Amino acid sequence: MPLSDFQTVIGLEVHAQLLTQSKIFCGCSTAFGAEPNHHTCPVCLGMPGVLPVLNQRVVEYAVRTGLALGCTVKATSVWSRKNYFYPDLPKGYQITQYDQPICEWGELVIDTPSGEKTVRVRRIHLEEDAGKSVHDAAASAGQSLVDLNRAGVPLMEIVSEPDLRDADEAVEYLKVLRDVLVYLGVNDGNLEEGSFRCDANVSVMPKGSTTYGQRCELKNLNSFRFLKQAIEYEAARQVDVLESGGKVDQETRLWDVNKGVTRSMRSKEDAHDYRYFPEPDLPPLLVSDALRDSQRQSLPELPRAKRTRFMSEYGLPAYDARILTAERPLADFFEACAKHVSDAKKLSNWFLGELSRLLKEEGTPISALRFTPAQLGELLATVEKGTVSANAGKDVLGEMFRTGRQPADIIAEKGLAQVSDVGAVEAVVDDILAKNVGEVEKYKAGKKSVYGFFVGQVMKAMKGKGNPGLVNELLKKKLGE
Amino acid sequence: MSSLTDLSMLELAAKLASREVSSVEATQASLQRIAQVDPKVRAFLRVDEPGALKSAEASDARRKAGSPLSALDGVPVGLKDIFLTEGVETTCASRVLEGFVPPYDATVVRLLKEAGLPLVGKLNMDEFAMGSSNESSAYFPTHNPWDLTRTPGGSSGGSAAAVAAREVFGALGTDTGGSIRQPAALTNTVGLKPTYGRVSRYGVIAFASSLDQPGPMARTVGDTAALFQLIARHDPLDSTSADVETPDCLTGLEDGVRGLKLGVPREYFAEGMDPEVAGTLRASLEELEKLGATLVDVSLPHTKYALATYYLLASSEASSNLARYDGIRYGQRAKDARGLKELYTQTRGQGFGAEVKRRIMLGTYALSAGYYDAYYLRAQKVRTLIREDFTKVFQQVDAIVSPTSPVPAFKLGAKVDDPLSMYLMDVYTLPCNLAGLPGLSVPCGFTQAGLPIGMQLLGRPFDEARLLRIARAFEREHDFFRRAAPV
Repeated sequence: MPLSDFQTVIGLEVHAQLLTQSKIFCGCSTAFGAEPNHHTCPVCLGMPGVLPVLNQRVVEYAVRTGLALGCTVKATSVWSRKNYFYPDLPKGYQITQYDQPICEWGELVIDTPSGEKTVRVRRIHLEEDAGKSVHDAAASAGQSLVDLNRAGVPLMEIVSEPDLRDADEAVEYLKVLRDVLVYLGVNDGNLEEGSFRCDANVSVMPKGSTTYGQRCELKNLNSFRFLKQAIEYEAARQVDVLESGGKVDQETRLWDVNKGVTRSMRSKEDAHDYRYFPEPDLPPLLVSDALRDSQRQSLPELPRAKRTRFMSEYGLPAYDARILTAERPLADFFEACAKHVSDAKKLSNWFLGELSRLLKEEGTPISALRFTPAQLGELLATVEKGTVSANAGKDVLGEMFRTGRQPADIIAEKGLAQVSDVGAVEAVVDDILAKNVGEVEKYKAGKKSVYGFFVGQVMKAMKGKGNPGLVNELLKKKLGE
Repeated sequence: MSSLTDLSMLELAAKLASREVSSVEATQASLQRIAQVDPKVRAFLRVDEPGALKSAEASDARRKAGSPLSALDGVPVGLKDIFLTEGVETTCASRVLEGFVPPYDATVVRLLKEAGLPLVGKLNMDEFAMGSSNESSAYFPTHNPWDLTRTPGGSSGGSAAAVAAREVFGALGTDTGGSIRQPAALTNTVGLKPTYGRVSRYGVIAFASSLDQPGPMARTVGDTAALFQLIARHDPLDSTSADVETPDCLTGLEDGVRGLKLGVPREYFAEGMDPEVAGTLRASLEELEKLGATLVDVSLPHTKYALATYYLLASSEASSNLARYDGIRYGQRAKDARGLKELYTQTRGQGFGAEVKRRIMLGTYALSAGYYDAYYLRAQKVRTLIREDFTKVFQQVDAIVSPTSPVPAFKLGAKVDDPLSMYLMDVYTLPCNLAGLPGLSVPCGFTQAGLPIGMQLLGRPFDEARLLRIARAFEREHDFFRRAAPV
């Protein structure tokens, strides 16, 4: 059977770092990038005698996420210990949630080429992060170093059912989930710094089969691109194994970024026996009705709902609406600007075009914009009226972006206002036609392509400020059209 | 009254209050007594003479200045080496923690410091509190001051021996399955295991987290009550710490037992008990009856499963709690290990003693995939049944009376090669830990050979004051605490 006769089946496990100021079981800072072992205390160092105390903010964030994903938020959940030895695991166990997680059975709707698809979320649980082993710095001395700044940073693991059917769906799910978490203010969505991480469980089965094949777990997927590449590589690998009469072993595989392949990390035979048991140092985690209700009431409008509303309320195409709603600050700013303009689609074009370019180039967050929605509205109105050309408008926006000055002041200072005076434009048109008699004759003989040459010459003479409509109108008139 | 060190804590506190003696004098007396008898008793792993004297001077200065003082301000005490002491080496009597100097104090240590008690030193114990005789200490066994050829019990045997030998006026121990009460019974001292959650476990090196509980050990019931009141505090650093008020155990201490119903569990008076212990206990029960208590025959039917349940749960938790001793961050590290796995296996292989290894292996096995349901989970269910036994009985009675230890102090070396018979030493004490209840051991007599015998009182959750009151009613009729060990 060729690859096309197989169906890929994918489930994702997403680790999201919660945006708390302090760690999950102690008061140490969670700030990124500090000196090694700077943000540590006896508790997160796993010193003898220490005990964990739960950060309540972590619970609020998990409840918030659970509600946003339509999960059942459990009134009682249980902390467990996951026991294994590793140098960056200070206590020799990780405190996590095992058989009784805080949230269960929600869903996330994604778009696929064949329409909307609902992916089931099996569970959301809370846990502490481990530290980091550093092998490069002291390798020459035969040493490895351990940095425990991350140890005890709160993580939320969101586990999907194996409802995804190809790499594109997996990427879409991951993007939609990231947008939701960022919207909720519980995660920064930063894949590069590892605060949003993903493992994928991948299997293949003959098309039409109802029994899933043996799955492999893929780790180290820290970008959307790697997720797609790794799933596609792995699915093809598994099909090859099956085609050549072999069987797929259950194992954990790493995505090798440099070689573009997955390779075995550990097999089922040497899989850990984590010896889970309920954490005796922490009482069961209780979520009160009051906490659940207050989180429910403070839930923001989520990207998908916002997108639908942007389409109906502003008459935007789906493509525009999706981009504008992907990030909450951008959506909020768009809505603020929309109050000042008559044509939301034109506003959207500016957002998707020039503004996006500036934001990206300058690396400026929306929150740091220097100009106001009213100023942008004024600029659009100016362009609409023809006072400046669309091109000049871009220059004005660039200046507003950098300085926050009023568009009218910038137009005046740079002399960007269009010349719409008939007499002035006519004089230039006449001058150009007089200087290019030969070209005029060619045009009249039927070589219509010369027309663009005349427009260009007029605009050049007017330093780009000629009102394009007027220039065209006069040229055509003079050329006897 | 021959010497300063023979005073009870409250007697010394009275003399300190009347300025008859100073804390420095009391602390020096304690240090001299240690110098004199500890070479024989071997209760101390470490004596902190400068620290204790500095603290005693500070107490005297506060008293002179008229500053507020705690009830036991200036009274020197000792600490089981399981309590972390900032700047003072803490090993839990294990090689694996040799050289470990904690950067912080356990909450109870902080409370004692704040109350102005000079901390004389760190007391010997079974390694990581695993044992019933002090012989599993990685350093040396402690000897019973009543007979130096015998054990003082364990795991808080160092604390019990130091108190009994008049080296300190009181001490703190911890009790996971009887480790305060059993050595108290074997040394003619009073030991209280508080309700689980009553005293903070923060900074107490964990053995079995759901069972461990620190508590006071002293020569009299009054001292025990006074020391208990200093450490019974809600602690936000311990998530299992109960948010209840500190009890007043001293006000009603002399109220007697008239009208109280005391349960005598038939399962605790079954076979296996030493005849002298059994006889003394029966006499003690009659005495309590004469004092006005009503004895009620009660049953705790799941008692026979307690020992197995305890060893499964305690070992499971211990196997996890002791995983942090891996040689990576503190304590001892194997010198010649090549590679990570060797570092782990050699560090742990060299650092842990036989009893600790035995329990780590037992716990690892009980928790491992395929055995969890059969062992750990089953044990948790039985634990619930044991708890329910007590809940039912406490609907009928105010407290339960039983022996503390089935036998008096046994010879050093007598049980070291027979772990199972050693485990049986805790058979009367450990159901109380499984149920999270308060338990107390009070001296109730001596054998023909002059070895102490203890009586155990078990109570409802947070009912320590009543246990102390019953113990005091009994103590008042005797002079056991005036009898000094012959060391």
